[in-house]
Amino acid sequence: MFNLFLLQLLNGVQLGILLFLVAAGLTLIFGIMDFINIAHGVLYMVGAYLMATFAAATGNFWLGLLVAMPAVVVFGLALEVFLFRRLYDRSHLDQVLATFGLMLIVTEGVRMIWGSSPIFVPVPELLSGSIRLLGIINYPVYRLAIIAAGLAVAVGLYVMINHSRIGMLLRAGASNRPVVSALGVNITWLFAFVFAFGAMLAGFAGALVAPVLSVDPGMGGSVLILAFVVVVIGGIGSVKGAFVAALLVGVVDTLGRTFGPILLQMAMDPSAASQTGRTLAPMLIYILMALVLAIRPSGLFGRRAA
Amino acid sequence: MSDSPAPTTAPPASPAAPLRRPRLFSRGAAALAIFGLMALVPLVAHLSDDPFLTVAFTRILVFAIAALSLDLILGYGALVSFGHAAYVGFGAYAVAILSRHGITDIFVHLAAGIGVAVIFAVLTGAIALRTRGVYFIMITLAFGQMAYFFFTSLSAYGGDDGISLRGRSTVLGTDLLAHNSVLFYVTLGALVGLYLLAAAVVNSRFGRVLAGTREDALRMQAIGFRPFRYQLAAFVIAGAMASISGVLLANQAEFVSPAYMSWHRSGELIVMVILGGIGTLLGGVVGAVVVLLLEEWLSVFTTHWRMGLGLVLILVVLFSPKGIAGLFERLLGRGK
Amino acid sequence: MTARLEIRSLHKRFGALAVTDGISLDIAPGELHAIIGPNGAGKTTLVAQLSGQLAPDSGQVLYDGRDITHMDMAGRVHLGMARSFQITTILHGFTVLQNVALAVQARKGSSFRFFGRADAEPALNAAAIGYLRQVGLAERAGDVARNLSHGEHRQMEFAIALATAPRLLLLDEPFAGTGRQEAEQLLALMRQIKGKQTTLLVEHDMNAVFALADRISVLVYGRIIATGTPGEIRANAEVRAAYLGEEDAAC
Ligand SMILES: Nc1ncnc2c1ncn2[C@@H]1O[C@H](COP(=O)(O)OP(=O)(O)OP(=O)(O)O)[C@@H](O)[C@H]1O
Ligand SMILES: [Mg+2]
Repeated sequence: MFNLFLLQLLNGVQLGILLFLVAAGLTLIFGIMDFINIAHGVLYMVGAYLMATFAAATGNFWLGLLVAMPAVVVFGLALEVFLFRRLYDRSHLDQVLATFGLMLIVTEGVRMIWGSSPIFVPVPELLSGSIRLLGIINYPVYRLAIIAAGLAVAVGLYVMINHSRIGMLLRAGASNRPVVSALGVNITWLFAFVFAFGAMLAGFAGALVAPVLSVDPGMGGSVLILAFVVVVIGGIGSVKGAFVAALLVGVVDTLGRTFGPILLQMAMDPSAASQTGRTLAPMLIYILMALVLAIRPSGLFGRRAA
Repeated sequence: MSDSPAPTTAPPASPAAPLRRPRLFSRGAAALAIFGLMALVPLVAHLSDDPFLTVAFTRILVFAIAALSLDLILGYGALVSFGHAAYVGFGAYAVAILSRHGITDIFVHLAAGIGVAVIFAVLTGAIALRTRGVYFIMITLAFGQMAYFFFTSLSAYGGDDGISLRGRSTVLGTDLLAHNSVLFYVTLGALVGLYLLAAAVVNSRFGRVLAGTREDALRMQAIGFRPFRYQLAAFVIAGAMASISGVLLANQAEFVSPAYMSWHRSGELIVMVILGGIGTLLGGVVGAVVVLLLEEWLSVFTTHWRMGLGLVLILVVLFSPKGIAGLFERLLGRGK
Repeated sequence: MTARLEIRSLHKRFGALAVTDGISLDIAPGELHAIIGPNGAGKTTLVAQLSGQLAPDSGQVLYDGRDITHMDMAGRVHLGMARSFQITTILHGFTVLQNVALAVQARKGSSFRFFGRADAEPALNAAAIGYLRQVGLAERAGDVARNLSHGEHRQMEFAIALATAPRLLLLDEPFAGTGRQEAEQLLALMRQIKGKQTTLLVEHDMNAVFALADRISVLVYGRIIATGTPGEIRANAEVRAAYLGEEDAAC
């Protein structure tokens, strides 16, 4: 039982790390630009597809990653320059509509280019196989690598946000937009940077999961909504909040699905328990979100009243 | 000219006075024309020997109801709810689940669907309405998704794959709805009835408070209103109306699946309202017709029709902020 | 006799800035109490706390002897507190009549009525027209609010405040931005209600203040440095130094 717990805990952390990568950019974009981007999940998906393509083309995971990352950044920047930029001073409704439209276009585009069936990316040689942890469970090395990479990014982000000029601007901008313009910063440039950066993180997450999950056109949507939940729980504009909330959501979701039915068996007969558990488990994170909001309407680390 | 704005003492610097047309008349006439044309559909289907037409238009009417209900909160309350499809799903599943257990009467289905919708709207609305802006959008989206996952995991009722109905709902023990044209007219009747209801609500005391809150919540508080209550009530009414469309949708398709509740569906409902013209009630109806026909038409040419829809959306947002209605308004305005 | 409004050592900070720094003040029923002070003194912030828009950090607000410190804005309005805003806050897409009728609607009958045209309720409209007549805006009743001039917007604010049937008026610079004629009209109106209405008037227009006020408080950097009759305030050296001196020089 403990083995299973440990295994699922690690899976949960891994999911949380991926969510963090997607949500970090999203929360900054919400906070700094007050811009709602329904198409953010698309960047994650495009990251995965580019990874799949370039890894296959070069026959090498690392080369693929090396090419896919700049490609995602360019893609994100292009979106910013050609579309998002025109939407910053529009109503949230307009933003929802246009980015929803963009999401449809890109998702269909991906279907046209790569087809609807899932694509698989092999795990790189270097990170294949499993490793024995605490002498009790075998865990895939690649999944550990995802966790490590995500944590490294988190640390890098932390340093950047707290100890650099751009980080100071991001912090100031996320909590108080007019301050940034008052500082005489080139807002256009800052916004483009935030976008490209968010695109990179989301694309990186997509590239990382490519060997673990199947790459398919639906992958952007499901992760987007989880990322929304993360942003709401963590508090808009807070990268630290996104980190804590992402891990919370990842772990609660994963453990809930495994242990929900098991725990319920103590209270009811097994078949009813497994049915109820399977029904309730996917709702857990939303219930968690509702609870957090009921207590703190602006999220765990939200500074502003929502 | 009769519709030129009355002379005002406003300084010329202020934005031009909005055109004031004899709106009530033209809107009533437009509603009559649209619903009247709709009523002819089964006849056309009969004459052209194309029974599919009636079924297809029943579906359009169903979504018109859903879009109409969304416009009530989106247009008149400025509440960008991104989880509205969930309510359609509640109505649809009320039919599917109850029928499965031998309860086939449509009034029971309606009561159950509306009941669940009201409870869900009260609970999630109370949380979402404490927030604003992007929070509100994301939270309604998340709760919609929660409902979606709930039905996805209900394996007893088809889970992910959905569930086929053995037949349509019965009406007081008769299988009236089994006839496609009867279902069509029932749906049209529901649409007209709900449209009139919504029009009354919008112009009522309640509707005025709702619209006032949309314009300036601080002002409303300063004259003694608590916006939350009115917004929540509107949220619940809209949810209940949407669940009625769900009951009809299940009957039209004779099949129910979680896909009805996906966030893409919620997004499409928003699209319908915007394209048709937000805050006009009739706009939602027009939008549903336009989007679904566009879908139908585009899918003849390509399986990637969603790309076309996406493109239309972006173009409308960038170039015609008032939707298709705005487009017409501008064309007609110039024409005069 | 209990004061209509009693403010007890109210404190409010924005970050490091003490915007309301221990304000205590009584306003007697029927009194017209003016608050003057330089820009940024914290006058609007004080009004916001009195009306329930902002929560004070500490201190109390009593209305007819009842503690309302934690009551929300709508609750205070129902007790009879009305507020006009320094920055015009009206429903721009509504007609002038609808704006005022809504304020009447808020206190007459339930607004959870889903049928019947609100615009066609004679009781609401008649009352609203009455208030519009009082401020001299009756001819504009049918116009959409956004088409009115700035001065007319100020008059509208006033009519809306009156339409809540207040027992205490909190007016934040009602004269700001009005033309000469509108100002005179407002002044006449204020004279009319003076003595009948309890009023807290925040105002920069010294002519209006000295013509109207029973008592004046001078607010500087979040503190009240002097309270007294217009004559006393005029004679107060500290006030002259801190505030009026500049005004005199400017005039
Ligand atoms: N929400 C806020 N956050 C931070 N500071 C604020 C806020 N509101 C007001 N302030 C500051 O508090 C101080 C007092 O503002 P307030 O509007 O109360 O002044 P005022 O006396 O009404 O000025 P005026 O005569 O210009 O209307 C100002 O320095 C202002 O910048
Ligand atoms: Mg002020």
